[in-house]
Amino acid sequence: MRRGTKVGLVLAALSLIAATAALSASNRAQAKDTFIVGAEGDPVLLDGSLVSDGTSLRVTAQIFEGLVRNKPGTLKIEPALATGWKASKNGLVWTFPLRKGVKFTDGTPFNSAAVCANFTRWWYRPSELQGDDISYYWNTVFGGYAKPAPGGNGPDKSLYKGCKTRGQYKVELILSRRSTSFLGALALANFGIASPTALKKYKADEGTVGSDGQFRPSGTFATQNPIGTGPYKLQSWKIGDKLVLVRNENYWGPKAKTKTVIVRPISDTTARVQALQTGEIDFANNLTPQDAAVVKSNSNLKVQYRPAFNVGYVGINQKIAPLNKLKVRQAIAYGLDRKSVVGAFYGGQGQLADQFLPPLVEGYAKKGVPQYPYNPAKAKQLLQEAGEKLPVELEFWYPTDRPRGYMPDPPRNFQAFAASLGKSGFKIDARPGQWRGGYVSGVQGGKAALFLFGWTGDFGDPANFLNVHFGSQTDQFGFNNPALFSLLAKADQETDIAKRTALYQQASVNVMQLLPMVPYVHSTVPVGLRKNVTGYKMSPVELEPYSTVVVG
Amino acid sequence: MLRFVVRRLLLTIPILLGVSVLIFVWVRALPGTPADALLGERATPADVVEFNQRYGLNRPLYVQYWAYLKTTASGELGTSVTSHRPVTTEIKERFPATVELAVAAMVFALAFGLPLGFFAAKKYRSPVDHGSLFLSLIGISIPVFFLAIILKYVFAVRLGWLPTVGRQDVLVNAEHPTNFYVLDGIVTGNWVAAWDATQHLILPAIALGSIPLAIISRVTRASVLDVQSEDYVRTAHAKGVPPSQVDRRHVFRNALLPVSTIIGLSFGILLSGAVLTETVFAIPGMGSWMKEAIFNHDYPVLQSGIMFLALVFIIVNLLVDITYAFIDPRIRVS
Repeated sequence: MRRGTKVGLVLAALSLIAATAALSASNRAQAKDTFIVGAEGDPVLLDGSLVSDGTSLRVTAQIFEGLVRNKPGTLKIEPALATGWKASKNGLVWTFPLRKGVKFTDGTPFNSAAVCANFTRWWYRPSELQGDDISYYWNTVFGGYAKPAPGGNGPDKSLYKGCKTRGQYKVELILSRRSTSFLGALALANFGIASPTALKKYKADEGTVGSDGQFRPSGTFATQNPIGTGPYKLQSWKIGDKLVLVRNENYWGPKAKTKTVIVRPISDTTARVQALQTGEIDFANNLTPQDAAVVKSNSNLKVQYRPAFNVGYVGINQKIAPLNKLKVRQAIAYGLDRKSVVGAFYGGQGQLADQFLPPLVEGYAKKGVPQYPYNPAKAKQLLQEAGEKLPVELEFWYPTDRPRGYMPDPPRNFQAFAASLGKSGFKIDARPGQWRGGYVSGVQGGKAALFLFGWTGDFGDPANFLNVHFGSQTDQFGFNNPALFSLLAKADQETDIAKRTALYQQASVNVMQLLPMVPYVHSTVPVGLRKNVTGYKMSPVELEPYSTVVVG
Repeated sequence: MLRFVVRRLLLTIPILLGVSVLIFVWVRALPGTPADALLGERATPADVVEFNQRYGLNRPLYVQYWAYLKTTASGELGTSVTSHRPVTTEIKERFPATVELAVAAMVFALAFGLPLGFFAAKKYRSPVDHGSLFLSLIGISIPVFFLAIILKYVFAVRLGWLPTVGRQDVLVNAEHPTNFYVLDGIVTGNWVAAWDATQHLILPAIALGSIPLAIISRVTRASVLDVQSEDYVRTAHAKGVPPSQVDRRHVFRNALLPVSTIIGLSFGILLSGAVLTETVFAIPGMGSWMKEAIFNHDYPVLQSGIMFLALVFIIVNLLVDITYAFIDPRIRVS
């Protein structure tokens, strides 16, 4: 082959590749009615009641709707398939009038029988599906089953008691005790109402238990035929390749603005960002701080932040002296240089926390919260007032592994806090530990005086933050304050949302006065979008609706 | 010949048993447990006990191993703890992706490795020879994932010539009767889909094929140098056979014998390299699946998936050996 011919062949091959690349780019430009989502992986199943991972729930949230939902971009509860709600005086019976004229995408009418069929299905869940790895949210919110697995929680432990139809368009949910927090949980995609016809037809609950103890669904409801009332319906799903949603043209509310949504699994975050850069996807979920910087620097792309729904804190165990003294705890609060830690180690994604509740959660107190700016002199003074001899020696536990949103690099947080406490009259005894290698059990067992910990909410309700941690005495905090315990119980039981919010605001302030821990950060999660994508409204619980998205 | 094949087949049994022990021990030596991965940080000790009981993870190890052997031998490969799907179903979907990638990588390695090695030998100690040595060294020493990242950054992200992720553009409509996407495109007459799938293979195949390419070119070079000095080659030259014919008929053909063994061995490199390549290019094959399974402590997937890959590796090498025995009678005799 002559040299010229070889060069010619190479050039021809390259131009062929370039030409087809240009062609596919123009294909993409034509596909304006398609929104391509880069997800971290495939959904596990498309049945919200059987999953707890964000990837699955973000898809089921487009197909199914619950009785209530979070107002887009907030954690405020608003009606969805119900048109409202009312609690009985004793707070045990909740009546939901239902929306009329709504149909599931298989044509089945939506009514009270459909709602109760779903609750009954969850309540009578087969025992092999009751574990936290499958039914986490039902367990967390309602906590029991009609027929519990051996050793599991039965009706006596369950918040849920029953569902009653009152005519075609009214249901009553009956609770075993007063608790309003379940209302916020009902907005989760886990409690989306599915077509009872489809549940039966596609054998949602049928399956076999293998010799490995695992349940294998034999029906196709959760894989090929998830039927809800939402703005989208499933067209196809090929695992590893793509999941295609198409607009539900008979949707009862405002129709989805973009006709097709394609979800594409890309587990590697860098690969996700690169696919966003080349336009192979329009949206990349969960970016690292480094990737967020790359996206920001590209003129075709933009970053949006999912509002914080977590808290990182320095825990204090009051069972360990001298931490039972309020002045010593205040000294710790003044001695922690929280602002520097949040500024230095969170890549611009951390917000300085002044209370346990993240700002978007109902009950976040806007005023009256005691502030503890870093002040070593004041810390020392408080220690002396408490009658302590300086330096005060304290064990400080921290995990060496498992970085997470609210704690991207635990040892660095510890080092900075230990240094600032060192300047504030304390002598810190470092206690590193592996998260699952004794750290969590040690902290929860009450062995740690000071410790780095945090919490990410399960659902948008203050009870899931405050009552879980400070509603009763725990070994972790060794904190016993009956007045606060009863205030939190009262707040959870209050059925009037405005009054409830006020009670939680008061509780949030009280917590910061009593200092069972010192919160320092609420961290946000960045996502990447193409600049031509508009209308993507961020949700703290990660359940953004795709129906408002426009690809321009 | 039959005895040779039967003996080799029987040998795979102790090999697979050994592999099964290694895998079993290895997945349990990974830091953390399935309960950690699947129950999350909030799990109470009671939750963990319940979980372990449900999946039989609290039984003594030898009981677990025996149960694993029994189910594997019966052909039931278990169910993924994370996706709840049978492992066999997932293998059916994912294995074609890996095979397609491995074949593409091997085609690339052969298409460039053979001529490179051949011409390096023909131009012994010339700049061509040195150049080929340099290229092979680069091919061997650059980690696959690094090359993958560089190729992807330059040709996909910066130049935009080729796609960055997956096996097919999501906007291409295609049927997948065999799950070999290029083949599917050809079989269904969907040329757009076939070409699109080919484009998605180019960069991963180059990255993955770099090491086999280097090895093949070095072995070919050495083999050609060997054969060139054989008596029959000298005779052919002396008879006045045209040099190109001597190269084609006598040198190249005979030099290919050792190369065929290398192809079998390289298959192992391709399988291990696939873990990284598939991850970088988000290809839903066996490699990226194994990686996810490690993070999730998905014991059934790891145990059965690796066992399956080991079996494939053994079979490929067996086939290569049999082919070799066919080509070269001396193997059979010995």
